[in-house]
Amino acid sequence: MKLEARILLLLGLFFGVMVAVYWPWSHETGGSIMIFAGMLLGFLPGGYYWWWSRRMAPRPEDRDDGSLEEGAGVIGSFPGSSIFPFTLGMGAFCCVLAMVFGIWMLIPGVGLIFWALTGATAESRRSGEH
Amino acid sequence: MTDVLEHAAAEGHSHDEHGHDEHHGPSGLLKWLTTTDHKVIGMSYTITSVIMLVVGGAFAELIRIQLMSPNGTLVNYAQYNELFTMHGSVMIYLFAGPFAFGALANFVVPIQIGAPDMAFPRLNALSYWLYLSGSITMLLGFFTAGGAANFGWVGYAPLSNAANSPGAGADLWIGALLLTGFSAIFTGVNLVATIFYLRAPGMTLFRMPIFTWNLLVTGILILLAFPVLTAGLIMLFADRHFGTHIYEVAGGGVPVLWQNIFWFWGHPEVYILALPFFGMTTEIISVFSKKPVFGYKGMVFATLTIAALSLGVWAHHLFTTGTVLLPFFSIMSLLIAVPTGIKMFNWIGTMWQGEIWFSTAMLMALGFVITFLIGGLTGIYLASPPLDFFAHDTYFVVAHFHSVVMALVFAGLGGLYYWGPKMTGYLLDERIGKSQFWLTFIGAQLLTFPMYILGLKGMPRRMANYPHDPQWKFMNDLSSVGAFLIGIGTLLFVVNIVYSWKRYPAGDNPWDAGTLEWFTSSPPPHHNFYRLPQIRSERPTWDYNHPDKKALAHGHAASEGNH
Repeated sequence: MKLEARILLLLGLFFGVMVAVYWPWSHETGGSIMIFAGMLLGFLPGGYYWWWSRRMAPRPEDRDDGSLEEGAGVIGSFPGSSIFPFTLGMGAFCCVLAMVFGIWMLIPGVGLIFWALTGATAESRRSGEH
Repeated sequence: MTDVLEHAAAEGHSHDEHGHDEHHGPSGLLKWLTTTDHKVIGMSYTITSVIMLVVGGAFAELIRIQLMSPNGTLVNYAQYNELFTMHGSVMIYLFAGPFAFGALANFVVPIQIGAPDMAFPRLNALSYWLYLSGSITMLLGFFTAGGAANFGWVGYAPLSNAANSPGAGADLWIGALLLTGFSAIFTGVNLVATIFYLRAPGMTLFRMPIFTWNLLVTGILILLAFPVLTAGLIMLFADRHFGTHIYEVAGGGVPVLWQNIFWFWGHPEVYILALPFFGMTTEIISVFSKKPVFGYKGMVFATLTIAALSLGVWAHHLFTTGTVLLPFFSIMSLLIAVPTGIKMFNWIGTMWQGEIWFSTAMLMALGFVITFLIGGLTGIYLASPPLDFFAHDTYFVVAHFHSVVMALVFAGLGGLYYWGPKMTGYLLDERIGKSQFWLTFIGAQLLTFPMYILGLKGMPRRMANYPHDPQWKFMNDLSSVGAFLIGIGTLLFVVNIVYSWKRYPAGDNPWDAGTLEWFTSSPPPHHNFYRLPQIRSERPTWDYNHPDKKALAHGHAASEGNH
């Protein structure tokens, strides 16, 4: 976890230095804001990982001598199959087409998205059984 | 849903009954629609993006036929505008990006780190459906009354506003980019979360294969770059339809803002495309030279440096607007040559004194290195403002980025020849593959070299006709012949897939490769592994298969007996 944190923090630091050079030199607002936001993307998750890495023992995948037995047990629940990504995707598709073919396409679009969101939530609550 | 029990040691129980029950789900079309398996999604991505390569390639052939004569009449000016716009858009948004971080990445990354699936399988499936519907949305433009988008793949304001580009084609283009943009963002989230949280025990970050490393960095880059494009597109759409003036001088807006936003996405996008292909090349060169990667940590450092620098160079596309800080962007652009040079050096170092096996995959990787070197070096010219002022918007620029992207195509094809057997269980034919390589390689150089000369002679890009000059016509004809050779090469690839269909069973590890994906069966079972080897280096499968020649950490191979 420490290394993950360090990568993100270093990226944040790099963008911090960059915006400190770029803004006073160019006075260009758009780019400076974008680099500044890039710095935040480095510092916020990086800081979070750093905070955690100091409060937990290194995970088996962080240690050079991590052995497979340490990782035994349930490592996560993975859905075998689910229709809702497709439904959600088609809902988004309809909403985008509504930009061109008329506002009425929002009706199936929002309907599909609503179905997908409720369906996926219920599916997770049943821990993925159909 | 399956609770996955993972990480049964290879030496111990080889089949964990509870963890790896055969998956009983729906079958047929419903199975494809409901799948959340990263391998099926990776296959869908691969097939869709290769179809998009063929579609975009067909547009390119039409452009090249048009340019074979100074006053070509195959298409009229309006159609030509649509052709080059859609050629660029299909190739960048619908082929290169999704192929880079959606296709092979989706299939290979979880297996390379010993994970049962991506961290968010349903989000992963959603990425694919957004990508597919985005592709359909963009191509739908051809069926509208006004035709497809015709303002170039960069959609510069004010050309892309409602007055200059009316019609549904442009809106469909914006909609398509919103869909594929979200698809990419979700993939980026998935890649980073998978690599941070689902590695097998002992798989430290510095034992990950370079391909996975590059996809981690690609994921972070996606998260930095794509939201900017999506925001920019929403503002463009608002300008077109809701009466805002963000990119319009008339209402107090700034047209160059679009260029800044677009390229703040666009230049990292070049590396979002390139890094996965760098990774593929690294893996292929290492495996077919029978050596570990030379300078592993240098490679990782170079990848991170390229990613960081790539966010500070966007305005080198804007040098001629006169509104950007020339020295800053010139220095940053030139600096990228350093980590890229490290990579070049390390690829050569990996081959140095290796037992090189010139398989099709290796030839493709070498084609990548050579073509990318040409593209990269001409990029250094363009990073210098005086040269850029001279060459901007000429065929020199077109040639530069076609060298770069053709190199990426080589790496991608190499990746397909290398990992295809893992995905399908069958090898592709080597003889057809090698003919494909030579046709495509000669074609690619023949395509771009005349373009460099034409550009220096002043031929502007995006012109349907050009002045009568025998030399210009000859150069354009050469370039077109190159494009046709690439076309024939691509057809050979399709022939190869049909010819090799279930012909040469691959086995688990046809290349004697070292990374984890070659430890499991071809194609891998549901949730990827029945067992795993102990992970003590970046080549755990090699260590397991060659206990006498263990790879030590980071390139210090115990090579007794190798030479």
